[in-house]
Amino acid sequence: MHSSTAALAEQFDDLQQQQEASSLGMWVFLATEVMFFGGLFTAYILYRNFYLPGFEAGSRLLNVRIGALNTAILLCSSLTMALAVRAAQLGKKGALTTFLFLTLLLGLAFVAVKLGLEWRHDYLEGFAPGVHWTFHGPDWRHIELFFVFYFFMTGIHALHMVVGVGILTALILMAGRGKFSPQRYNAVEVAGLYWHFVDIVWIFLYPLLYLIGGRY
Amino acid sequence: MVDHVVSTKLYILVFAALIALTALTTGVSFIDLGKWNTVAALAIAVCKASLVALFFMHLKWSSGLMRIVLLAAFVWFAILVTLTLADELARQWTPVPSSWEAQIQQQVR
Repeated sequence: MHSSTAALAEQFDDLQQQQEASSLGMWVFLATEVMFFGGLFTAYILYRNFYLPGFEAGSRLLNVRIGALNTAILLCSSLTMALAVRAAQLGKKGALTTFLFLTLLLGLAFVAVKLGLEWRHDYLEGFAPGVHWTFHGPDWRHIELFFVFYFFMTGIHALHMVVGVGILTALILMAGRGKFSPQRYNAVEVAGLYWHFVDIVWIFLYPLLYLIGGRY
Repeated sequence: MVDHVVSTKLYILVFAALIALTALTTGVSFIDLGKWNTVAALAIAVCKASLVALFFMHLKWSSGLMRIVLLAAFVWFAILVTLTLADELARQWTPVPSSWEAQIQQQVR
């Protein structure tokens, strides 16, 4: 059997259609993710309008350097993911595994900085609503609400990163077994779409949580 | 190959632009622009997200099918935000009927 027909599942007319069908499936899933995060973003916008001074004060309590560092780490991981998809398109197996592995490491670095450094710091400083809250300065009830949003939004985002790390692990194993070819790399392409989407969520979370309070 | 293959050079250019925009948005937050700080931060975020979607997610070379799914998602998100904010904006437009005051007082107690 010719290799391109082996790569084609029987329900599709050609490889182009097969590729589009898998990408479309992921885009539809990402549309539901927009709704999912959209609810949180809408709630954030509303409560920020209600309690602007508290939210701005809360934002200034976050470490902007660590936030910027983590943004850079995530953007690096998006680049390596894009290069992994490119390697899969060109059938470069060594490069594919290398870039997938780099993406995995950068993803883990992001989660480590987020949970190990930032969350730990916030907890120890007494900025963990309902768990360990010691701050009782002006607007403290509203600052507490800001931190509820902060932990919830970054937590859900970190959960998506952990899922992404699992997907990358599976892809690395599949790549090792030679499951991908320039005719069939849908799984890599689709995982890339997911990874970049999680990056986009962070692109909005970073200014909303870290910058909008103003640092001047 | 099925899809358009993007050159490594273009990917690195997009990445450099993303890092530059991150530095810019961080820098702008240290300057007092009043209400424009929020506008600038969100405008830069939209630029960055567009770069990721167009180049890293290949939307620039994808068929209209993918674009319309993304567009639909954002239209629905816009409805969610607009109607919620419209409610918040219009809440104070009409006075609370005096007959309700007693009930509100009761609930507060």
